[in-house]
Amino acid sequence: MDTSNLDIAYLALSAILFGLGGFGLLVRRNPLVMIMCVELMLNAVNLTFVTFGRMLDDISGQVIVFFVLVVAAAEVVVGLGLVVAMARRRPGATADDLRLLRG
Amino acid sequence: MILSLLAQVGTEAPTPISAAPDAAAHVPGPSIYWPALLPLLVILVGGLLLLTFSSFLRKAAPRGIFATATVVIAAAAGLSALPLWAQVQGWSSLLWWDLHPDPVGPYTTVGGMVGVDGFTVFVTIVLCVAVAIAALLTDAYLRREQMEGPEFYVLMLLSAAGGIIMAMGNDLIVVFIGLETLSIAVYVLAGMHLRRVQSQESGIKYFVLGAFSSAFFLYGIALVYGATGSTNLVDIKDFMAQVVPTQNGLLLIGLALLVVGFGFKVAAVPFHAWSPDVYDGAPTPAVAWMASGVKAAAFAAMVRVLVLTFSNYGGTWKPIVYALAILSMVVGAVLAIVQSNVKRMLAYSSISHAGFILMAVEASSSQGNSAVLFYLTTYVFMVAGSFGIATIVGRRGDGRHSLADYKGLARTNPELAVAFTLLLLAQAGVPFTSGFFAKFYAVEAAVDAHSTPLAVIAMLSAVVSAFLYLRIIVAMFMAGGDDAAEGPVPSRADRIPLPVGATIALAVCVVATIGFGLFPDLLVSAAEKGQPALVQYERPAAASAPTAASTDGVPDVTGTGAGQ
Repeated sequence: MDTSNLDIAYLALSAILFGLGGFGLLVRRNPLVMIMCVELMLNAVNLTFVTFGRMLDDISGQVIVFFVLVVAAAEVVVGLGLVVAMARRRPGATADDLRLLRG
Repeated sequence: MILSLLAQVGTEAPTPISAAPDAAAHVPGPSIYWPALLPLLVILVGGLLLLTFSSFLRKAAPRGIFATATVVIAAAAGLSALPLWAQVQGWSSLLWWDLHPDPVGPYTTVGGMVGVDGFTVFVTIVLCVAVAIAALLTDAYLRREQMEGPEFYVLMLLSAAGGIIMAMGNDLIVVFIGLETLSIAVYVLAGMHLRRVQSQESGIKYFVLGAFSSAFFLYGIALVYGATGSTNLVDIKDFMAQVVPTQNGLLLIGLALLVVGFGFKVAAVPFHAWSPDVYDGAPTPAVAWMASGVKAAAFAAMVRVLVLTFSNYGGTWKPIVYALAILSMVVGAVLAIVQSNVKRMLAYSSISHAGFILMAVEASSSQGNSAVLFYLTTYVFMVAGSFGIATIVGRRGDGRHSLADYKGLARTNPELAVAFTLLLLAQAGVPFTSGFFAKFYAVEAAVDAHSTPLAVIAMLSAVVSAFLYLRIIVAMFMAGGDDAAEGPVPSRADRIPLPVGATIALAVCVVATIGFGLFPDLLVSAAEKGQPALVQYERPAAASAPTAASTDGVPDVTGTGAGQ
């Protein structure tokens, strides 16, 4: 396959992954799966950065990925902490149980 | 200018490691002008030291020590920003302090990653003030809710550090890292009250929606990087000025995603859904910080990215921001009226305020930028003070926030009722308060930018939201009368105790709100001087190095205040 076509394919793949992550976040009700969907979105963006870095022949696209990985890790830590705090109080709670605050 | 840019690109081009094997041994770092990072370092290191030292304490810490330490750290950070202000203004001295060697005007450092200009320094100081006020409100709150400990303050300081990074970010990735540092700390703050189910719920909601919006923002950065070949704001601007973008669609989608990300963070309609729920459930002092500091930082980054960097693409992002501004102002004002919970009312009113600030952003002029700064400054005092009163009135358990709980407040706590009235009138934009001038300058900027319909809608929505504020005021002053169904008439015996820290914070907020309303000139002239600028000029690390590093030393300004 031609390299430019390959790049486009990677970009399309990352767009699809990003869309899947976003769709899953909106549809799934399990908080853990929702966090996984956020991770999927961030990693789809990482793929985009790497592909653009390759297309532009620029190293910074790959360097940025490290920053994003660190941020994603920090985000997961906090997210899991919040989920654990919720699960201790109400085991088996899903996103649908978060309905105290509305109006 | 192009030549100097090319020269810079040429010198900074990374050496391929394969070509020079020994290059791996010594990787050249960027030159860092440390004084520019001082406010950030003070607040960051101060927060971490606070956490470290408090964990070594054997017995319970003395009352109020953490709040005092936080205020001192924030004050130190704010004071360390003052020499920077003098520097970027080109002053050679600050009061009696001689600032040799070189007043330079706006500059960048850390390899162009960090931009220092009047706007950055102004927002930094505003963030420090917001942290100090929130810390004073937190003090008695934590004792009341039996949540004593330094974590709350440390998280607030760390998120303030993220806000400062956002304000000084001259590179989209730096802005993103600042945004995440700010947000992740605030997610925890929102879920901090472990015994309140609402607090956990708000923490999770904020986390999920915040992470969702961050992903959109990051995807926007990726697409802009793909279209322009850089994440540096100066390079992006130069690229768009010199090259006709071939992959125009990529850039447009990226720009739209960036606007979506910012819209989430400033809680603009239609990306506002999280804000009332989170404000309702989160610990109230954390909300005071969220509503003031987080929003100020997000708007600072928004001005830098949209107004400065994408000034050529105004035709693309301005209509989006225009629509966001109208929706935020109208929906925020209308939905606030139907609420019965004061925290939710204030949440919707802060959405409406975001609409006003968006209107000043949409003007995309130097006048609009200073209107943003003026609005943000006055808004910090108004909204932090309002949530400060909600903190006190919420009582033990932080649960009594319905309008009924404010009935008869004028009888039990007249000073609280008067302070809240002043702050609410300021939010409504009544003359002789700072809120009036904030709205006035925003509307003026919009009219001068020929967005007259926007200005008209803004004024109409201000009238609508005035009804909301009057509703709270009426509840405080006129309720608790003969209607037996409303329960017993509150008396002086039901007085809510006023903690010292919160009293100081409220006094500062009220004095600032009235003071800037009576004498706005001081703040106006500062806001006019606090213009953002995208410059190519990299400040050398050593203070007296311009002779060695750069031959001219003259700031090569590529764009100051898009309208000029």
